[in-house]
Amino acid sequence: MASTTSPLDSPPAPPAPPGRPRSTGRVGDKIFIGLSRGSGILLLVIMASIAVFLSYRAVLAISKDEGNFLTTLDWNPAGDPPVFGIAVLLFGTVVSSVIAMVIAVPVAVGIALFISHYAPRKLAAPLGYVIDLLAAVPSIVYGIWGALVLVPYLEGLNLWLDQFFGWTYVFEKTEVGIARSLFTVGILLAIMILPIVTSVSREVFLQVPKTNEEAALALGATRWEVVRLSVLPFGRSGIISASMLGLGRALGETMAVATVLSPSFLISLHVLNPGGGTFAQNIAAKFGEADEFGRDALIASGLVLFVLTLLVNGAARLIIARRKEYSGATA
Amino acid sequence: MKLQRKNRLRATALGALAVSGALVLTACGSDDNSGADADGGGKTTAAASTIACDGAKGQLRASGSSAQKNAMDLWVKNYMAACSGVQVNYNSSSSGEGIVAFNQGTVGFAGSDSALKPEEVAESKKICGTGQGINLPMVGGPVAIGFHLEGVDDLVLDAPTLAKIFDTKIKKWNDPAIAALNEGAKLPDKAIQPFHRSEDSGTTQNLGKYLAAAAPADWKYEAEKKWPAPGGQAASGSSGVASQVKAVDGSIGYFELSYAASQDISTVDIDTGGAAPVEATSENASKAIAAAKIKGTGKDLALDLDYTTKAEGAYPLVLVTYEVVCDTGNKADTLGTVKSFLTYTSSEDGQKVLTDAGYAPIPEAINAKVRETVAALS
Repeated sequence: MASTTSPLDSPPAPPAPPGRPRSTGRVGDKIFIGLSRGSGILLLVIMASIAVFLSYRAVLAISKDEGNFLTTLDWNPAGDPPVFGIAVLLFGTVVSSVIAMVIAVPVAVGIALFISHYAPRKLAAPLGYVIDLLAAVPSIVYGIWGALVLVPYLEGLNLWLDQFFGWTYVFEKTEVGIARSLFTVGILLAIMILPIVTSVSREVFLQVPKTNEEAALALGATRWEVVRLSVLPFGRSGIISASMLGLGRALGETMAVATVLSPSFLISLHVLNPGGGTFAQNIAAKFGEADEFGRDALIASGLVLFVLTLLVNGAARLIIARRKEYSGATA
Repeated sequence: MKLQRKNRLRATALGALAVSGALVLTACGSDDNSGADADGGGKTTAAASTIACDGAKGQLRASGSSAQKNAMDLWVKNYMAACSGVQVNYNSSSSGEGIVAFNQGTVGFAGSDSALKPEEVAESKKICGTGQGINLPMVGGPVAIGFHLEGVDDLVLDAPTLAKIFDTKIKKWNDPAIAALNEGAKLPDKAIQPFHRSEDSGTTQNLGKYLAAAAPADWKYEAEKKWPAPGGQAASGSSGVASQVKAVDGSIGYFELSYAASQDISTVDIDTGGAAPVEATSENASKAIAAAKIKGTGKDLALDLDYTTKAEGAYPLVLVTYEVVCDTGNKADTLGTVKSFLTYTSSEDGQKVLTDAGYAPIPEAINAKVRETVAALS
């Protein structure tokens, strides 16, 4: 998924200045131009052929689906007749990612602000380093840790939420079972996307022009007011693009979800109940035993995830583009 | 600057050295292991002497069911110790992948938890040329129902009760239906947490077949590899289900017997309606497989298991896994090895290995036919 989200943090290359220097005609130049143009074209060709392959296999599968691909609450391409639908997966993917974002973004922005504007310099560097280190942990390790440590510990929190916030419907736990739920997955994903959101936000906050901050200070602003008046507005598009990078990872996370979640093909807004599923988790779980057609069906679901990620990225770009003139920044 | 650059170069060189060193070391390591294995196999198995290596040569690739992995590991080890220069490589991925690989012609034989479907047989004709894919029952095993309930070590259940538990119709451990089968047991007022496999699995399909056959009134689902009932929790793989059952008080789940043994999980005795409830053991599973009929036609030996058997000491919830080969038209370069290897696995010595690994040998009446078929492979 990283590859689909990475364009976000680097703005598109500026248009070539008029009258760009012509090649001097030397051999090296020509070779280099050929190479770079070739790699650019190759990338496009590869992307296009992947898209064509995915769509072709997906169409093969969907055309034989006896259920409704968008609304069926089941995944049984091996059945007779074959019936499968992505409703549960779409729901689970979106809900777990939303939970992750709600938890992770405020915390990450807080950490980033602390590192860039509050912490003494001696503390800031090691702290940033530790946060970055979180990103180096493989997701299967997060998964095992989640299943063995987080799940048992969350049982208390689940009971508490159920008891005091059960009236919200969302936090009502109606089924027995340990905490292998979308909520737990959301918490785990939040931890996993924390480092990327933090480090990108931190970089943006560090780029706030000193003059802006000093101007605020000169007007008598407290440190919090400086942050509020100069740092946050300047960094807003940066925070958004950082969040989208994190969201990209959360949407596509596979092993950690597959290890922690107890999958089922039911849609329930009770996020504490065990059950649900995500696109990537479902592919990981079903791929091994799937026959040719089953794999086509999984590829079709992968295509939906691809489109979903594309939409999220597109939305993020729109937001950033609209904010650009206000913040004067290209994160 | 220059110094720095030099240092960096040196560091890179060191790194490269370390990496290549590690590679060399691991390579040595794996060589040593296989050597040790071969030695160990040679020493421990006098059985190796009965392995006939005629016609076996080169490398045989096979792939499929992970349910027979432990048996295959032992067989391959013994076989390779006896036949030097022959390599058998069983990749225990899954039945599905094994059959796909078989029908693409990349493996000599495939291991599968269930017999080939008609369309898979049709596809196999492309690979087998003159023949088609057939199923040879090779490994049997009991599917244990493991449970975890503080204060209860022995539990008897029958098929209808099991069906209702896994269908979440019975929700508490002190339900009258369970109490009636376990007089004197102190059943707590605790919620039952049934666990099933999250991925498609031959084990799930076998449990489904058993429940559908033995409790048709309470289990209305079709026996498929996918878990059919809406309730319950899921975990990945037999090992995943077993570790959840191990960890969660009030849980119940199903997996191959070896997982129950290795994780020390109590298993349910099944009340078949016979004289006494039957424990899940290799021996009891063999007794139930003996009641099976061969449903395959021609050389195909696919079995129709009798899940409703009431024979004394027969544990009805059993799994039979097959080796899938071409009856005729096997590839010339692997045919000799396939024949020689499967002759060993279906031999008396080969089947004896199974009991030690938590599996059940195929009963002699069926096994005799398997040997006959293997001998006629071409």
